[in-house]
Amino acid sequence: MAINKDSNTYTISFAIILVIIVGGLLAAIANGLKPIQDENLVNEKKQNILNCLPGNKSITRDEAGSVFANFVKQRVILNYNGEIKENTLLDNSTELNNKDSRDAFSIDLLKEYKTIKDEKSRNYPLFICDVEGKTYYVAPVMGKGLWAAVWGFIAIDESGNSISGTVFDHKSETPGLGAEISQDFFEDQFIGKLISNEETYKSVEVNKPGNPLNDYQVDGISGGTFTSVGVEEMMSRTLVVYHKYIKNLNRS
Amino acid sequence: MAETTEVLEEKKIKVKEREPLFSKKNKKLISDPLDENNPITIQVLGICSALAVTVQMKAAVVMSVAVLFVLILANVSISLIRNLIPNRIRIIVQLVVVAALVIVVDQVLKAYLFDVSKELSVFVGLIITNCIIMGRLEAFALGNKPWPSALDAIGNSLGYGMVLVIVSFFKELFGSGKLFGFEIFGNATEQTGLYAMGYMDNGLMLLPPSSLIIVAVYIWVQKIRNPSLIESH
Repeated sequence: MAINKDSNTYTISFAIILVIIVGGLLAAIANGLKPIQDENLVNEKKQNILNCLPGNKSITRDEAGSVFANFVKQRVILNYNGEIKENTLLDNSTELNNKDSRDAFSIDLLKEYKTIKDEKSRNYPLFICDVEGKTYYVAPVMGKGLWAAVWGFIAIDESGNSISGTVFDHKSETPGLGAEISQDFFEDQFIGKLISNEETYKSVEVNKPGNPLNDYQVDGISGGTFTSVGVEEMMSRTLVVYHKYIKNLNRS
Repeated sequence: MAETTEVLEEKKIKVKEREPLFSKKNKKLISDPLDENNPITIQVLGICSALAVTVQMKAAVVMSVAVLFVLILANVSISLIRNLIPNRIRIIVQLVVVAALVIVVDQVLKAYLFDVSKELSVFVGLIITNCIIMGRLEAFALGNKPWPSALDAIGNSLGYGMVLVIVSFFKELFGSGKLFGFEIFGNATEQTGLYAMGYMDNGLMLLPPSSLIIVAVYIWVQKIRNPSLIESH
C-alpha cells in the first residue's frame, strides 16, 4: 500500500514520532552525562579557588579535586555587614557538600546576582586558605561583562589590605577582547594591588591601558572596555564586605 | 525466457553502474566546495560565524571541527530518512535534526572536553543557525544517498573551515601579534620584538568588520585565479 506522504495524517504522525525519538535521545544523553558534567563544574570551581592563591597557578582541574582540602581550611558564609552567618563556619573536616545551603561552596553567586536585587541580602561565601603557613582569604565575585556574566576569585592577604592573586572567567565575552580577562597577563596585574590603606576600603580601578598606575589601579583590556568595567564594578561592590570581615577579625 | 534474460541483463547493467566509493563525481563533491563552489566566498553562506569566530585561530579551528562533525551527521541522517520526510515540514525536520545534533555535541563536549567547550561557549549553539548546514541539507542530502551526502558534508565543512582559518590567521596575526596564542611579533606590554621598534597591533583587526575586508580580498584573489567565477552582467 502506497502511503500518501502529503496527507495530514502522515505529516502529523511523522512529526510526532520524530519528536519522541529525538526528545528521548536527548533526554537520555543529558541524563547520562549529567554526573560527569557536574563533577567538571565542581572541580573547575575548586581549581579557580586554588589557582588564585600565590604559587598555585599551575594546579589543573583534575588535581584540584583531590588537593582542595589541603589548602582550603575553612569555608564560611558572610552577610553584607561582614559577619558570619549562623552555622556556616565549616572547616575542612566537614565533607564538601554542593547541596547543603550552609556550605559556602554551594552558594550559586550567579543565581543570587540575578534574582536578589538588593546586594545587602545576598550571601557572601568566603574560603579561608592556608599556603605554607600564611592565611589567605579567597573571595568569589560575580558581575556582568558585555555579553553575559563575568566572575572571579580574589585572594586577599592576611592583613586585608592587598590582593595576593586573582582568577577571572566569563561566560561569553568576545575572544581576543573581553575574553582576555581570563589570561595570566591580566590576572597577574592585580597581585600586590591594594584595596585599603590600613583602615578605609578603596576599590581597585581598572583603567584604560597606557596611563601611569598607582597602587589601586590596573590596566584594562583595550577593545574590552565593557568587560573591564564589569570587572571593576564586581570587585568594588563585593570586596568591601570581605574587607570588613577581615579587619574585624584582625582587631579582635 | 527472453524476458528473464532481459531482466538479468538489466540487473547486470545496474551492478556495473554502481560507482566506486571515490569516483570522479564523488571526488568533485569534496574538491568543489574548497574552491569554485566555496560555501563562504562563492555561495556567501555562513558569513556570520566567519565574522565572529575568527579573532583567534584556535577558536576557528575548533569551530570548523565542530561544524564538520555536525554537518556530516546531519547530512547522513537526513539522507537516510529523505524518502520518509513529508515535503511540507521538511525544513522543520531538518532543523530538529540539526538542533538535536548540536545539543549532543555540546553535552558531550561539556562532559569529556570541558576546556574546549568553555573555549567555544556560545558558538556551539550557534552552529544551528549556520546557513551552510541547512543549505547543504536542503540542497544535497534531501536528494542524494548517504555516502555522497557524507562526502558533500566533508567538502563543504572543509571549505568553510579553510576560509575561517585563513581569515583568523590574518586577524590574530595583525590584531594581536599572535598565532594560536604564541607571540609572533614580540610582547606588546613589555615592548619587545617588533613592538620595540614602534610597531602597533591593529585594533580594527580584532573587530568583525575586518573579516569582511579579508573575505573580500580572498574572493578577489580567488576570482583573479579563476576568471570563470566572475559573474557577467
